[in-house]
Amino acid sequence: MSEILAHPGARPVEAAGVASLTKRHGPWLLALAVTLVLPWLFYDWSRARHSGFVVAMLSQMSMMAVFALSYNMQMGQAGLLSFGHAVFFGLGGYTTAHVLNAVKSGSFWLPTELVPLAGGVGGLVFAIIFGYVATKQRATAFAMITLGIGELVTACALMFKTFFGGEGGVSTNRVIGTSLFGLTYSPSIQVYYLIVAWTVISVALMLLLTRTALGRMANACRDNFERAQFVGYDPSMVRFFQFSLSGFFAGIAGALYALTYEIVTFDSVAGAMSANALLMTYIGGVGAFAGPVLGAVLIVLLQSWVSLLSNSWLVYVGLLFIVMVTFAPGGIAGILLMHGPIWRARRLGRLAGPYVRVLTPGVLAVAGFVLLVELCSFLTIGAAQGKSFKLSGITIDPQSLKPWLIGALLLVVGGLVLWREGRHFRRSWEAVMEEIKAAGRA
Amino acid sequence: MELLLVSLLNGLVYGMLLFMLASGLTLIFSMMGVLNFAHASIYMLGAYFAYDISRHIGFWPALVVAPVLCGVLGALIEMYGLRRVHKNGHIAELLFTFGLAFIIEKAVQMIWGLLPVPYRVPALLDRTLFHIYGTNFPAYRGFMLLVSALMFLAIWLMLTRTRMGLVIQAALTHPEMVGALGHNVPRVFTTVFAGGCALAGLAGVIGGNYLVTEPSMAFSMGPIVFVVVVFGGLGSLAGCFIASLIMGYVQTFAVVLEYSPADALAAFGIKVTEATPLSEFLTIPLPRIGALLPFVMLILILLFKPRGLMGTRDT
Repeated sequence: MSEILAHPGARPVEAAGVASLTKRHGPWLLALAVTLVLPWLFYDWSRARHSGFVVAMLSQMSMMAVFALSYNMQMGQAGLLSFGHAVFFGLGGYTTAHVLNAVKSGSFWLPTELVPLAGGVGGLVFAIIFGYVATKQRATAFAMITLGIGELVTACALMFKTFFGGEGGVSTNRVIGTSLFGLTYSPSIQVYYLIVAWTVISVALMLLLTRTALGRMANACRDNFERAQFVGYDPSMVRFFQFSLSGFFAGIAGALYALTYEIVTFDSVAGAMSANALLMTYIGGVGAFAGPVLGAVLIVLLQSWVSLLSNSWLVYVGLLFIVMVTFAPGGIAGILLMHGPIWRARRLGRLAGPYVRVLTPGVLAVAGFVLLVELCSFLTIGAAQGKSFKLSGITIDPQSLKPWLIGALLLVVGGLVLWREGRHFRRSWEAVMEEIKAAGRA
Repeated sequence: MELLLVSLLNGLVYGMLLFMLASGLTLIFSMMGVLNFAHASIYMLGAYFAYDISRHIGFWPALVVAPVLCGVLGALIEMYGLRRVHKNGHIAELLFTFGLAFIIEKAVQMIWGLLPVPYRVPALLDRTLFHIYGTNFPAYRGFMLLVSALMFLAIWLMLTRTRMGLVIQAALTHPEMVGALGHNVPRVFTTVFAGGCALAGLAGVIGGNYLVTEPSMAFSMGPIVFVVVVFGGLGSLAGCFIASLIMGYVQTFAVVLEYSPADALAAFGIKVTEATPLSEFLTIPLPRIGALLPFVMLILILLFKPRGLMGTRDT
């Protein structure tokens, strides 16, 4: 008691510690709470079962978040553009499938909870082998080597049956009965919570890595590798370590994939999966640590939800990507961060009017574009599948001229107004920023 | 012997087709520093344009119109896309072309469908040119050789005999210096990009009916063209030409030689059975490894000679 009186600051400091923890990691804790609660919001109480679609989608989001973050360890943090990142995802998945089969057959014992670690080690081993080759180069040459490695491994996956199982892939069974907590991991909700646990561990480790000397040197080599050399570090070694660790986390993501789907095929190492990592990371934002998570959530949402409605969802993803590269190189996270100063100066309300003026024609132009794309894809792909084109209950005949004209009109008029309003928006934005700067000076 | 001769001719045809694609890409890559992922997509568009035009008007107009369309498209991409992204750096430009390749593939699927289209060789050329050792050599392959030889000659004359060509040649090795000397570098960029795309379109027109015209043709051709460009070296058309021919021959001979490493070992008296370690690797026949060879070559050259065969700068 007397000690507390003697040090009146002791308790408040501790309280401030907790407060700053919630303040600094508030968004992360909120995201964690949402991921834990979300499956129960879609719980079907009348039949006492989880919505399979939602749980599958959330599992996918979680593992893709790890995958995208591991990709950003190379792209955002080390400035290494890779076109073959899926290699470590897929090889981690294959390793996990073989480990699961081996545990099931009794060759050795490993708790189910630690199986993702095996995938991570698989990813790490292959990342060390391929990274030794690839990280001797940087920039475009590095990108080309990773492209070559990606194509090479994909071709091998189709060719060699012992490890990759050829075209059929390797199937496995996650119910191996070695859980530390007595869980079966047969229902997908149990696997979901295992995935969330490993996602939390991986995200925390990757976040910590950005604060180590290695993480800082990776940034330095990205920004100016010659100066980094003068500090006394070997940039190619920094690249090598960063690449290997990135492969480790990609392997964990692949392991979560193998646990969820219980089959790993060559698709998981192929170019489309590597492109997926690139799209998620870039659309989410390479500049902020959490950016790739946003990208993963958005892309998986598009993938599982929009793909039910439309054959051409990849066109929209591609267009979103191009728009991001052209107008917002910081991705979604970059756009959000740009609003930070205005939010803190409590002037966000000033932008409401300009936002409405720029978003209305934007939505119209997008609607027109979507209508045109859907009409077009219906004529070739949809018609072959024997579907009829319906929009809010009204059947539209893609052979007639009217819907095409409406689509073109929306796109052209919306686009022109958007172009004009975009310039107006930029002026309003700059005016608000000037105001904030002036207020700061005063 | 007959196998050798026929394969030599086929490899030449394929190599020249690759050169038609790779020459434009080399010029673009050397001058602008952009590895254009959409280059093979333009090649695919060339084939589809030619298919549509030849269906309505005929093959011969398509031979001219489709490359021109591709060239115009290329100019538009450069002026309204790449130039805008340029300020965000090379990676952004590369990603832009990557996204473009993605969209073009999906757009082609939407417009022409998922299945291959029946783009055929024109009737005039659909016959045998000559026989070698009982094997037919189709007239169309001869025509392809003729077109690519003419294109080679045209590029060479353009680059060495015209003012524009000299500026382009200078810009290949010293892009900043050319700008400092007062030449309109953006216009040179647009011209080269449009020209490269027109060549890719031409390759599509004459390659689309030789190979198959389908939505995945860009993604199967793209990496190979990259390998050729990197293998040949930055800033060197001659290196690009040699690399194209090497790649053409590697791919052609890998398909016709039905041997596996096990056969080579058999020559030394070692017999490979199921029980031999690595038997799976050893019994794979060469035609199946053929698809891997370009990427092995790519990785090896980037490791040991990052400048490529005749490159003047690092990639």
